[in-house]
Amino acid sequence: MHITDILVTGEPIIYGAMVSMALGGLAILFVLTYFKKWKWLWREWLTSVDHKKIGVMYILSALLMLFRGGVDAMMMRVQLAFPDLGFLNSQHYNEIFTTHGTIMIIFMAMPFLIGLMNIIVPLQIGARDFAFPYLNALSFWSFFFGMALFNISFVIGGSPDAGWTSYTPLSGAAMSPGPGQNFYLMGLQLSGIGTLATGINLMVTILKMRAPGMKLFHMPIFTWSTLVTCFIIVFAFPILTVALALLTIDRIFGAQFFTLTGEGLPMMWANLFWMWGHPEVYIVILPAFGIFSEVIATFAKKRLFGYNVMVWSMIVIALLSFLVWVHHFFTMGAGAFVNSVFSVSTMLIAVPTGVKIFNWLATLYKSKIEFTVPMLWSLAFIPSFILGGVTGVMLGMAAADYQFHNSYFLIAHFHYVLIAGTVFACFAGLVFWYPKMFGHKMNERLGRWAFWLFFFGFHVCFFPQYFLGLDGMPRRLFITNVAEWLPLNVISTVGAVGMALGFVVFVYNVYYSFRYSERETTGDSWNGNGRTLEWATTTPVPYYNFATVPYVDEIDPYVRMKEEGKTTFEEDEVKPIHMPSYTGQPFIFMALLGLASFGLIFEWMYLAVFGLIGGVVMMIRRSFDYDDGYYVSVEEIKETEKKARGL
Amino acid sequence: MAAEELKTGPLEYRTQEGQMSIMGFWIFLGAEVVLFATLFATYAVLFGRTADAPLPSELFEPGIVLIMTFLLLTSSFTCGLAIHEMRRGSVKGLIFWMVITLALGLGFLGFEIYEFVHYAHEGATLQSSAFWSAFFVLAGTHGLHVTLGIGWAILLLIQIKQRGLTNVTSRKFFIISLYWHFLDVIWIFIFTSVYLIGMVI
Repeated sequence: MHITDILVTGEPIIYGAMVSMALGGLAILFVLTYFKKWKWLWREWLTSVDHKKIGVMYILSALLMLFRGGVDAMMMRVQLAFPDLGFLNSQHYNEIFTTHGTIMIIFMAMPFLIGLMNIIVPLQIGARDFAFPYLNALSFWSFFFGMALFNISFVIGGSPDAGWTSYTPLSGAAMSPGPGQNFYLMGLQLSGIGTLATGINLMVTILKMRAPGMKLFHMPIFTWSTLVTCFIIVFAFPILTVALALLTIDRIFGAQFFTLTGEGLPMMWANLFWMWGHPEVYIVILPAFGIFSEVIATFAKKRLFGYNVMVWSMIVIALLSFLVWVHHFFTMGAGAFVNSVFSVSTMLIAVPTGVKIFNWLATLYKSKIEFTVPMLWSLAFIPSFILGGVTGVMLGMAAADYQFHNSYFLIAHFHYVLIAGTVFACFAGLVFWYPKMFGHKMNERLGRWAFWLFFFGFHVCFFPQYFLGLDGMPRRLFITNVAEWLPLNVISTVGAVGMALGFVVFVYNVYYSFRYSERETTGDSWNGNGRTLEWATTTPVPYYNFATVPYVDEIDPYVRMKEEGKTTFEEDEVKPIHMPSYTGQPFIFMALLGLASFGLIFEWMYLAVFGLIGGVVMMIRRSFDYDDGYYVSVEEIKETEKKARGL
Repeated sequence: MAAEELKTGPLEYRTQEGQMSIMGFWIFLGAEVVLFATLFATYAVLFGRTADAPLPSELFEPGIVLIMTFLLLTSSFTCGLAIHEMRRGSVKGLIFWMVITLALGLGFLGFEIYEFVHYAHEGATLQSSAFWSAFFVLAGTHGLHVTLGIGWAILLLIQIKQRGLTNVTSRKFFIISLYWHFLDVIWIFIFTSVYLIGMVI
């Protein structure tokens, strides 16, 4: 086989991307070699089982994917604002909206939130690591190799082009031959292993490793949102696993699940996909709710209003999330009765969500609000998200949906909930917990610039799209030189540029703050307003997290701890701490499965079998691995804590 | 990561690590239930979509499937006996019953492979129609689970030979027993909703 058979050729933009990828890769290799950082990289990061480091790697990958997905978005916006320019051809456009959607949901939103959960949840409940640290590393590497696999598709083999929903029969072997669609299937399958494992891991961590005395209804609200999210992950992801597997078997081994021959049923894909896909929406929004709740309570300097109701509304949302999937295809032939049932269940979700909105408002009511950057993101979320939520109820009305379906109205709706909800929360959470991760805050002034650029950019970009939708502009459309649509499309593109600038400022702020920000001296970074246990640790957090785990019997325990002068270092109570050993196994294991997936994508069965056998060998090795970690000595803990606390 | 160890109760539950592993596996089994439920639903939806391939009622016969059911159900019972012996502290008893469990499991697998080959000869393959795709993937996923379980149990038998009964080895055996019983439950559903219904309709 010749190299040009698998490389994507003939596209100037892709040649440019190839060159920049090659240069970027070479630059990284050079820097690592020049500064002799290879060993450091392997020892400190690639083999790490520390939940904080894994979380940082998740977030870095997510930011990288936000960039990639953002570039896709910008290319689409350029095409739509200047349809006569011939910037993209239709095939390239199809590929770009497919990868944009898939990357933003699977490889940006989820890993960003899972990264924050990784770092914060154990700290909030007084745990020293995850229940299964090895499995946590495995999860990260499965996501990482899944992501890498999906992203190389546009230079090797060609990107998937059937939309992020990958509807059959379009995505079947007959209509989408070649490796493109296989990249989608295997990339998602591989990273899905990690997501499921993380769901189980965090669930056990939260249920079994809480600080002494901490009941479920004493847990910080972000931890609660994580627990509920994990429940959804565990019960929704296997459906995706099966759907992807069936389509893979269809495409590679010639089965007839979703085909038009052999009495296959293409509609079943839509059902399976959305039975996972709708809960997935809540997987990315519930943690966001948790983050906003933490930020709002901290900077309103009050206990979260209606804590119990907040928790129950999340649980109700989680249950309802499994009962609404048909609303994604009201127009695809279900009868009036079925549509009515799903229409009602869809609108029911607005009730617990509305309850949450009122609780946030009530928390803010008559409080002394401190307008920090995370608080700005959180305050901007409330009205923006309501716009997305209300249009969601409009879409939920089955009869009206026949008008809105597949139009830009829908596009505007889900960007309003996913950006104003999830992306704002990712930024809020990252800025909020940044000092816990890196020992310094992000620069406030640059943070505001990033916020206002992104915030205005977002509204300018997506608000016109509601009207484009009402004017009849369908989604995924490549030619848009209809005179009525053009002005709004241009405005929308201007907004997209604003968002891009906001992102650039945000990333620059990471660098700027690394260079110039003041180093934190206390663990309670936000003017001593911390309410939950993560702020009780020193900054940067020692690798064992807590020298002594405090007794907790209330919500927001750190408030009382500060009043009573208690810390997480009670010198005479320090005992040796048991910690897991670092290991390179998860990295190698998932690299081998990545290789197997790559083989399957190109239907090179020898490579696939080789990778799978490698994976089995790694599992056998793990089974015989009786390394049960090591103990941190009392002296070392005392020394570390005294240094960090300036005692 | 507490290393404290209880002095009473079953060996596998005495450390927090053991308790967490067992709980994690229960949650994993919850995910497995969803996985198989999706496969069953797919099968139910595609039932009757045989295209030009033979009907299930022409191929399904009670004989072999009854033998397979008998083998797997018995293996679940002997697996229970193995754990009972483990609780009594008898490594010998554990190994004895576990080996019998695996032998029965292997017998089940042998019959399943024979059956699949037989169907393929009659013109019902993964590719021949939507119904047969759903059938082979549902039964095949169960068979794959049994295969993995057998391989896994062999690894654990080697470990118990090397290390004897400890918190860790007993936890591992307890978990694989959960897995094995779970596969038995799934098979009961396959037997009734796939084979029995397929024979009469």
